[in-house]
Amino acid sequence: MSPVIEITDLSKAFGAVRALDHLDLTVERGEVHGFLGPNGAGKTTTLRVLLGLLRADGGAVRILDSDPWRDVATLHRRLAYVPGDVALWPNLTGGEVIDLLGRLRGGVDRTRRDALLERFDLDPTKKGRAYSKGNRQKVALVAALASDAELLLLDEPTSGLDPLMEEVFRQVVAERKAEGATMLLSSHILSEAEALSDRVSIIRHGRVVESGTLAQLRHLTRTAITVDVVTVPAGLADVPGVHDVRVEPHGTGARVTCEVDSDALPTLVDALAGAGVHGLTSAPPTLEELFLRHYSDDLAGVR
Amino acid sequence: MATTTLTRRTATVAAPVARFTGTGHLVRLALRRDRVLVPIWLGVFVMSAAGSAGATVGLYPTEASRVSVAATINGNPSFAALYGPILDPTSMGQVSLFKMSAMGAALVGLLAVFLVARHTRAEEETGRTELLGAGVVGRWAPLSAALIVVAGALVVLALLTAAGLVGAGLDAVGSLSFGLSWLVTGLAFTGIAAVAAQVASTSRGTKGLAAGVLGLAYLVRAVADGSPNGDLVGLRWLSPVGWSQEVHAFSNPRWMVVGLAVVFAAAMVALAYALVDRRDLGAGLLPDRAGTATAPRNLSGPFGLVARLNRGFLVGWALGAALLSMVMGGLVANIGGFVDENSRPFFEALGGQQGLEDAFMAAEWSLIGVFFAAFAVATLLRLRGEESAGRAEGLLASPLTRWGWASAHLTAALGGAVALLVVAGVFGAFSTARATGDDAWWGKVAGAAGVQFPAIAVLAGLTLVAIAFIPRWAVGVSWGLFTAFFLLGEIGPLLELPTWMLDLSPFAHTPKVPGEVVSAAQLGGLVAVAVALVAIGLVGYRRRDLEA
Repeated sequence: MSPVIEITDLSKAFGAVRALDHLDLTVERGEVHGFLGPNGAGKTTTLRVLLGLLRADGGAVRILDSDPWRDVATLHRRLAYVPGDVALWPNLTGGEVIDLLGRLRGGVDRTRRDALLERFDLDPTKKGRAYSKGNRQKVALVAALASDAELLLLDEPTSGLDPLMEEVFRQVVAERKAEGATMLLSSHILSEAEALSDRVSIIRHGRVVESGTLAQLRHLTRTAITVDVVTVPAGLADVPGVHDVRVEPHGTGARVTCEVDSDALPTLVDALAGAGVHGLTSAPPTLEELFLRHYSDDLAGVR
Repeated sequence: MATTTLTRRTATVAAPVARFTGTGHLVRLALRRDRVLVPIWLGVFVMSAAGSAGATVGLYPTEASRVSVAATINGNPSFAALYGPILDPTSMGQVSLFKMSAMGAALVGLLAVFLVARHTRAEEETGRTELLGAGVVGRWAPLSAALIVVAGALVVLALLTAAGLVGAGLDAVGSLSFGLSWLVTGLAFTGIAAVAAQVASTSRGTKGLAAGVLGLAYLVRAVADGSPNGDLVGLRWLSPVGWSQEVHAFSNPRWMVVGLAVVFAAAMVALAYALVDRRDLGAGLLPDRAGTATAPRNLSGPFGLVARLNRGFLVGWALGAALLSMVMGGLVANIGGFVDENSRPFFEALGGQQGLEDAFMAAEWSLIGVFFAAFAVATLLRLRGEESAGRAEGLLASPLTRWGWASAHLTAALGGAVALLVVAGVFGAFSTARATGDDAWWGKVAGAAGVQFPAIAVLAGLTLVAIAFIPRWAVGVSWGLFTAFFLLGEIGPLLELPTWMLDLSPFAHTPKVPGEVVSAAQLGGLVAVAVALVAIGLVGYRRRDLEA
């Protein structure tokens, strides 16, 4: 089965600014794909190309076996989109907008719509100008999630939502995934992508720099280890793959903290064998750390 | 935005001075935003006035020649109603600027309305006032800054216009009084727009409300000036557009009228400040009521949405059109009565009663055609407005195609224009036929209304092309073209511009019906140009990137 989204070598420039620079991205059917990157990396531009709102300068883009620029009407019947910045008509109510978008797609599933309104705690009778940012976001979410689209393109969908609503959003995404929907979820909120995604792609300067499952990407990161020992093994800092070793007195022995590359974990355990370990905590790498590593030179440049 | 409720009564706010805090910074911000737009508009006004004057000064060198031409103009009630009469036939300035006095003053009023809305309600609507309001900015500062900038621009406009008229060869005192006559209407509508910006909750609503008052004011003075034997001329004092005539520029200027305008504007501004203190940021005077939880059946496709978005705008225009055509139609019946003995030969040369009535009807309809083209341009520009507001993105991500979306707006613009032509036609024909007792008017008015459509379609086509190819400049270019065409028709002949230049305006190719023989080739040519422009526009809009 061909991938739902297949982008190869996509480029897009706005004047002198290269927004997308030979970007490659593949999203398989049925997966939730996290699309991670900081502001201005090209996430929204990629989504707009996928929607046929922008025309690609170069490269090949296939989405649901269609050309996003040519096959607008047929393709868009099968997908739904939540923009990053939701703008509503000041004099239309939220309920009217949800119905309008549903009807443009071919019909509204009333039960599903009402259930989502209930779960997101959204008042559909308010006019567009009266909604807060979070509530505007909810209008777009309900409109997209109430559809039976097989592909959902979500551009920072939880921006403006409170933690309670974020949790509702995660549940609904899990349900839609169980029903077989594919989702491309752009975000700079890493915990969100971490909680929801099967695979993630990291975009930077208009180019995907890493792509894979979380397990695959974790090899890039280090596990933080804190271990309480009776005697500190000699030469611990020289073990390949072990970094930032710090030793401080702790009770009668010592507490050692260090960071270790995932593939060097066995070597470290071996080295600790005769040390009299009586306490050990290990923190698995988070996407934050993975992310920081990719942007560390940007951050270094800023400093 | 509107959920941040901070209703405060006057008594509970800080000392009055604190409410103006930050005004200076906001003035500088507004000046920076307007640094291109306002100079261009001022330039258009000054050049129009100076150009009209310069072109006419040499034509009527003697007092006798001026009195003669003034008698002809004043003897034609259609001119008197549309432009206002020449109050002092001996005055060079009055004769040379008669088209620019009331009409020019109304356009200055319109400029004031647009500028006030741009700096008050539009800023609030987009949330920029909120951003600024969170800083050290007093509650009255945004409105104060807008008023300072607009009033300043109007004063500069008045002085530049006066200077331009002196340059064109008119006397200094008269030129200054003419500049001030424009200022009178401008200041009055600055105040009216300031109040409208508090009452309406959108910038579109603000402009609609204030422009509606302007239209009414123009109508009141048209009725005053068009009344037989000047019976109702006192009505002029009820109209801020009429006040500009009451300045008696280039005659014996009544400087006190300027004071009247200042007092009126000050009262309006005081009312606006009081309203600012009584409402929430982002809200209008009337609280938002809850709407329906589900969309009505007709809000389904792009056409349903576009119809819904333009509904109020069209209804407003239709009411105005009905009112205007009722009044104007009634004037036709009295036309012979206006003609005095002096202009009798001129009158006969035009074809007597019948010919004059036809000419009046044709002149009225060519203006109506221009106005309805403005409706079509404004309606079609929503296609761009939806895009720049970010609302088109979500729609075009649905199965709605670019062509479907553009076609819906085009249909609203052209269909709306047709509806307006029908409304104005039915009311105009009804009132004219009734007043004259001649049912032939139904056919004549139908023809007069029908021939306006092709030029309106050309304007819509140009607007669509602008939206397709230069989206960021589409609003300015569309209105610029409209204004240029309007001025070419109004003062182009006066400036003795070459024919080819006058022919650039699509309105120049609309036959003067009734009276003129309709050329199918001429109308067909306009239709062909409109179709070509629409086709180019649709293709261009389909092929370009959607702009954020």
